[in-house]
Amino acid sequence: MSGQTVQNFENLAPSSSQKFTQRVLPFGIMALVLVLLPMMGPSRTMYSLMNAMGINIVFALSYNMLLGRGGLLSFGHAVYFGLGGYAAVHAMGWIEDASYGDGGFWAGYPVFFLPVIGFAGGALAGAIIGWPSCRRAGTPFAMISLGVAELIAAAGFMFGSIFGGEEGISGDRMNGPELFGLSLGPIDEVYWFIAFWTFVGAVGTYAFTRTPLGKMSEATRDNPERVEFVGYDPQRVRYLVFIFSGGFAGLAGGMAAVNYEIFTPEALSLAPSGMVLLMAYIGGIRYFAGPIIGAIVLTYMQSMMSDYSEAWLLYLGILFMAVVMFAPGGLAGIFAGLFNGMRSDDRGEHFGKWAIYGAGCVLMFIGVVVLVEVAIRWSNGYGEVFEPFGMHLPTASVLTWAVILIPILGGAGILRFAINRNKEGHA
Amino acid sequence: METIVFSLLNGVIYGLLLFMLSSGLTLIFSMMGVLNFAHASFYMLGAYFAYTISEVSSFWLALVFAPILVGLVGAAVERWGLRTVHVNGHVAELLFTFGLAYLIDEVVKIIWGRNAVDYRVPELLDFPLFELFGAQYPAYRIFTLFVALAMLVGLWYILNRTRAGLIIQAALSHPHMVGHLGHNVPRIFMTVFGVGCALAGLAGVIGGNYLVTDPAMAVQMGPIVFVVVVVGGLGSLMGAFLAAMLLGLLQTFAVAIDANFADIFGWLGLSATSELGSISIASLAPMIPFLMLVLILMVRPRGLLGDREL
Repeated sequence: MSGQTVQNFENLAPSSSQKFTQRVLPFGIMALVLVLLPMMGPSRTMYSLMNAMGINIVFALSYNMLLGRGGLLSFGHAVYFGLGGYAAVHAMGWIEDASYGDGGFWAGYPVFFLPVIGFAGGALAGAIIGWPSCRRAGTPFAMISLGVAELIAAAGFMFGSIFGGEEGISGDRMNGPELFGLSLGPIDEVYWFIAFWTFVGAVGTYAFTRTPLGKMSEATRDNPERVEFVGYDPQRVRYLVFIFSGGFAGLAGGMAAVNYEIFTPEALSLAPSGMVLLMAYIGGIRYFAGPIIGAIVLTYMQSMMSDYSEAWLLYLGILFMAVVMFAPGGLAGIFAGLFNGMRSDDRGEHFGKWAIYGAGCVLMFIGVVVLVEVAIRWSNGYGEVFEPFGMHLPTASVLTWAVILIPILGGAGILRFAINRNKEGHA
Repeated sequence: METIVFSLLNGVIYGLLLFMLSSGLTLIFSMMGVLNFAHASFYMLGAYFAYTISEVSSFWLALVFAPILVGLVGAAVERWGLRTVHVNGHVAELLFTFGLAYLIDEVVKIIWGRNAVDYRVPELLDFPLFELFGAQYPAYRIFTLFVALAMLVGLWYILNRTRAGLIIQAALSHPHMVGHLGHNVPRIFMTVFGVGCALAGLAGVIGGNYLVTDPAMAVQMGPIVFVVVVVGGLGSLMGAFLAAMLLGLLQTFAVAIDANFADIFGWLGLSATSELGSISIASLAPMIPFLMLVLILMVRPRGLLGDREL
């Protein structure tokens, strides 16, 4: 007996094929997708959308270093994005001045590597601001981040020479030495820049989770007391993680600086901080890929859905609340559940359950969409009528309210039934 | 002198309004550990409900029914929302209320429109009460003062002199023990959440026409309410009162002071034309609460009168 319980630790380590499928393959696929996307001949709109997605992916990943891996809820992450971005915009200006002037260090600095400046700026800001704020986790940390964000945002409008006041600071990316034959003028060349740095950002944040510091940050999230007993200082771990997270946020800021060629103090405010929180959480903070999914979905919603519906923020709010209440694993958690269910032996049972859940969700979704769309047309007061699929749904007709109430109540009933049955099944 | 007296009056009234808003949150926060991000949204709901009710009937009915309605909404949110999320921990609860604030904002925009509504001071109170240094002082502000004081006294009485208040105070510090004694703690939580929201709603009824009723009012007030609660300290209404007063007075006085950095730090050689020197004290007023928040959390994490750390 005792001989068998001796653990062979080599068996615990993942085999090299597991390592390959779990660590190398996903990034290989990511690189492939990034390279293949331009082959499909996207339009200019698609290019600008993809560029925005790349920026948000890195931003959300950096945010998840705090929230998902470190357990630190921050309401002011855009501060580091913004400060990194400002550093990059200023550097862009110096490159322009140097290449038309007497040269010097900046004349030889390619615009392509501006995100490095952004990283440095964000990390520096993290190192300064993180010192007082990382002493405590939980609610005090969240409150300090909120206070600091408000202070920096207010200061952004006050110091015109650094932040450019209302109109911000703009630059020109077509200066300095060219790298890889990219002039960075047309948007498809900017795409390669964004793709490169998105890949670097994703690999970098993933590599960070594999470092001892990344592992300690997860331990500090789960049990700071025990971390202290083992001989680490949780405060120090949080502080170091905070600096790196700020750095990657600054990297995203540097990408944004080159992509948009302008930065305004708005970028430091609470709104983008809230947005990145939504991205990371809706995507799923417990999975590395979660923030990537969240960033893609939310950026798409932001730019595409705002064309279809004025109430897209309302839909976003509903989506967020639904995720917080019913799917704490986020979209990535749902995908992971589907994937695991498909590979398990009792596939049929899982499919049945999903079908019921799906039907309930779709019904509620239909009801809510009709309700919101009818309400927003009533609110606008132009007398416009919501007409989906040839139906005529004015505010005061019985049909409208039937289309709203029956799906909502029916969907809620189905979901309630499914959840209760699930509970009984487990009990 | 004139400035000082007026700033003092306005500061006290603003502080009382802040206290009305944050007293509910202090109760909720110290009892349930939920820092309700949507608290200022309930304040906004109070103002909008009052506007709608006073359109069809009178301001006085609104003064009674709008807070009750807001309280019911709050209780429903606790019962069907927060309680579900509670199992996932405090961060999930914080995020839930964060999403709720988004949602209420958007719903308000749909129902009442994106622009400010014309929620006015009732005619009965729309007259200058007295004249000071040649300037008239509106009666409604004094009315605000009295409502806030009445609420303060009422809250103090309920919490310290009634049986219900005793149970609530016990549940603040020892929820498990109260549960073991046979009280329905979830229902106490729901009631406190509802009452806390109703208090915010009352602040909305009073403050909506004193300030302005528009969809941005929640976003403007929200962070400041947090500051009051955190600076005041956990579990301490008195602390919240002090913090609210301090904030109200500081902000009003900062706006009233006509000076800039160069006037104060001129002896250091700071000129009025430089960027730093031209910053006026008045423009710093919106930053004061957050400066206080960060400093308090760094220096004294339990707040002014809190009985335990955050």
